[in-house]
Amino acid sequence: MSKIKKSSVMLENAMNCIFTVCGFLTIAFVLLITGFLVVSGLPAIKEIGLIDFLFGTTWASTAQTPSYGILPFILTSIYGTCGAIIIGVPIGILCAIFLAKMSNPKLSGIVSGAVDLLSGIPSVVYGLVGMIIIVPLVRETFNLPDGANLFSAIIVLTVMILPSVISVSETAIRSVPKEYEEASLALGATKTETVFNVVAPAAKSGILTSVVLGIGRSIGEAMAVMMVSGNVANMPGMFKSVRFLTTAVASEMSYSSGLQREALFSIALVIFIFIMLINIGLNLFAKKKER
Amino acid sequence: MKKIISILTAVSLVACFFMGCGASKSTSNGGTVATDGSTSMEKVIGYLSEAYMEENNAVKVTYNPTGSGSGIKAVQSGSCDIGLASRDLKPEEATDLNGTVVAIDGIAMIVNKENPVKDLSIEQIAALYKGEVTNWSEVGGADAPVVLIGREAASGTRDGFESITDTEDVCKYNQELTSTGDVVQTVSSNPNTIGYASLASVKDTVKLISVEGVTPSTETIQNGEYKIQRNFVMVTKKNAKLSPAAQSFFDFATSSAADEWIIAAGAVPVKR
Repeated sequence: MSKIKKSSVMLENAMNCIFTVCGFLTIAFVLLITGFLVVSGLPAIKEIGLIDFLFGTTWASTAQTPSYGILPFILTSIYGTCGAIIIGVPIGILCAIFLAKMSNPKLSGIVSGAVDLLSGIPSVVYGLVGMIIIVPLVRETFNLPDGANLFSAIIVLTVMILPSVISVSETAIRSVPKEYEEASLALGATKTETVFNVVAPAAKSGILTSVVLGIGRSIGEAMAVMMVSGNVANMPGMFKSVRFLTTAVASEMSYSSGLQREALFSIALVIFIFIMLINIGLNLFAKKKER
Repeated sequence: MKKIISILTAVSLVACFFMGCGASKSTSNGGTVATDGSTSMEKVIGYLSEAYMEENNAVKVTYNPTGSGSGIKAVQSGSCDIGLASRDLKPEEATDLNGTVVAIDGIAMIVNKENPVKDLSIEQIAALYKGEVTNWSEVGGADAPVVLIGREAASGTRDGFESITDTEDVCKYNQELTSTGDVVQTVSSNPNTIGYASLASVKDTVKLISVEGVTPSTETIQNGEYKIQRNFVMVTKKNAKLSPAAQSFFDFATSSAADEWIIAAGAVPVKR
């Protein structure tokens, strides 16, 4: 009896050890990446100067007299993300309400299957479709000389953030207690009034979480926007060829050297800080939800 | 570390030399061939070294993409066997160095199939890319804005194009794409575009235009009539002998056996 107990205790201890190691491994990765980015990102910022780096408006890394200003990239990333959120979030939330409250289970199944599929499509495929369909379409619709611009990138990003916005909001809306809804309906409110005045406010923090997730997804996207945005380091304009923070790193990394390479690490650090801020925001929302 | 590697290389080269004494001359002797230089030659040298190593698996051909200038300096200082330059040697460099053309880089100008423009001069191309000419009607086309498609900074093709048309750092690109395929795709889908790409990667979805009346082709590039081209040069020392392995690789790269790999890499082989 004691023998069995002893071996089971040992197994228990061993497993405990493995779980702990795995847990700490994740922390180690996070620390490693953070440390690496800070160490390799800071020298270039120091050499270029923080103000010149963050607020410089020209990026010409391979010119005779190089200049490393990433304001165009920062603004492009912010504009692109804002655009995607402005278009994508209303569509996503209304779709989530449709899935959770309005449609019958059968139709719901089909639509959420499609949403899941959408989230599984690799970003390069979004880019390819954007390049072949959206870019020419934008050019013809707006009568522009060229369709590869911020607007096309926003459209692609919008489609890309939809799955995360929809699925997280849907879960939040479904988790609102049925009694709220029943009470509202019993008081004579219509279904639409109930959804917008009772269910949506009750699911507010979940919906906000979905928005933050969408922001994170769109600010970190590189491949798809690289293929539709034109990739020129202009100050952003809706119908101008632009370059995002992520694409700035991705498009030059393979052949960069010296200060240029260090500056790319610094850009990566800036993205990392953006994502960190977004994650902190996400955690705040999640905590609010718990209360 | 570098020292150890170079000593090891030297030792193995010497060993190979002795081992090779009895063997027939055509088989190479093992060791390392260090190449250093032009980033534009990455594809050509990649194909060539892979093909060469396939047949001579005792030899390792390394490639250090530093740029034409550094490659030439590396040969002079002896830190590599063969230097790679995507330009001809300057007279002062040619005093102690030999330049052997291994391949020619022909850059084709492409427009959309709907574009009526058939021929442009180098000046016109430069004016287009500098943003001085912004409407196709100014160069004999339809009344439509010009959309300039290029490659990302320091792409070999972009470097070649800008140095030949003398538009370095002043091009007003509308799109900077990261691959030749993207350039061809974009030009084929937008009637206002003009782009450049290695001749070998141009497909019939786009229209090839002639430059100064010469249509780019293997012949016109080999005989020098087509202007937007530059040489890919292997640089060696005049007064020093190459190591057996390096000599064998050099011989392979300049033989007609290398032609198919040069074509595969998107360049034009030299007329022999």
